[in-house]
Amino acid sequence: MSLHENNSTLEVLPRNKEKIKKIWKTALILLVITSVEFLLAFTMERGMLLFAIFIGLTLVKAAYIMMEFMHLKDESKTLFWSIMLPLIFLVWLLIALSKEGADIFMYRW
Amino acid sequence: MSSTAIEINSKRGTWGGGNEPLKASYGKLMMWFFLLSDIFTFAAFLITYGAIRVSYPAFEGPVHDFVSSNEYWPIPEMIFNAVPFLHGVHAPLVFVGIMTFILIMSSVTMVLAVEAGHRNDRQDVVKWMLWTMLGGITFLSCQAWEWSHFIHGTDAGTMMTYVNTFGETVKEVVFGANLHVNEYGPAPFAQLFFFITGFHGFHVTIGVVLLFLAFYQAAVGIYERRGHYEMIEKIGLYWHFVDLVWVFVFTFYYLV
Repeated sequence: MSLHENNSTLEVLPRNKEKIKKIWKTALILLVITSVEFLLAFTMERGMLLFAIFIGLTLVKAAYIMMEFMHLKDESKTLFWSIMLPLIFLVWLLIALSKEGADIFMYRW
Repeated sequence: MSSTAIEINSKRGTWGGGNEPLKASYGKLMMWFFLLSDIFTFAAFLITYGAIRVSYPAFEGPVHDFVSSNEYWPIPEMIFNAVPFLHGVHAPLVFVGIMTFILIMSSVTMVLAVEAGHRNDRQDVVKWMLWTMLGGITFLSCQAWEWSHFIHGTDAGTMMTYVNTFGETVKEVVFGANLHVNEYGPAPFAQLFFFITGFHGFHVTIGVVLLFLAFYQAAVGIYERRGHYEMIEKIGLYWHFVDLVWVFVFTFYYLV
């Protein structure tokens, strides 16, 4: 029962209702997007359009996790961009390796 | 010269030292930059998956006619279709959907723990850390089952022609998967599955250990004596990152 003894030296602030509500709202959005992806996987024909939708929805989810859960949008602008800008290199890696993969395909088959 | 330090202090610019230009503590900054480097590692894994995948032919024809072969890349929803206790039932992506739900929920309880930390509320921190840990352990257990099923394979297996470890070309029924051959598709399919989900699972395992440490330290009042709950925030960043990676693994490995 030691957890229930309140011998705190720090002042405990009351629950921030608005913040907590926002957290649950973000959670709901993430779960709804995942359900939509799940639904589309079985209703839409597999192809470029579906894959583009999946990647778009994934980026939306990633943005919600980074901005709301990891509070990146509340950090200073310098920190925000020093995390976001290096990710541009990944675009290059993606382009380079996609071409590489396609070329290997041509060579093999 | 004894007063120099104080005098210079007032004239120092943003980057002159003695303050926090990015308005975040050292520990939090380093966690962010570590996560950035980890994003590169996981991105390299997933982009490699994409590159290897497009270097193999895709299955031609309707999805429900799909049969496994090492001639073309498998359709993931036809491979990941098993659920514990429902042997032989075709339930595409259901189990991995449940795993995604568990991980997202544990991310939510983590952010609630961080919120409680901001309020110095020890009881709430301990409660939410416990829930987060439970989510993490449940996720790992699910992954253990997923791996076990993937390795042992289906009842029927697949007839395949392949080059075995002795360099001989053999034609036989293959069950399950290892790094050399698998019943689902070309060898890199299983190799990448083990590497990508394995590396992610390893991160989750580390995360659970960190969560336990933070849970313990919060419960015995170490953070209260320290005067702040910033450690919860830093471990929270790591835990959300694990969730973030899973979101991408889910899309690129299971959906596309």
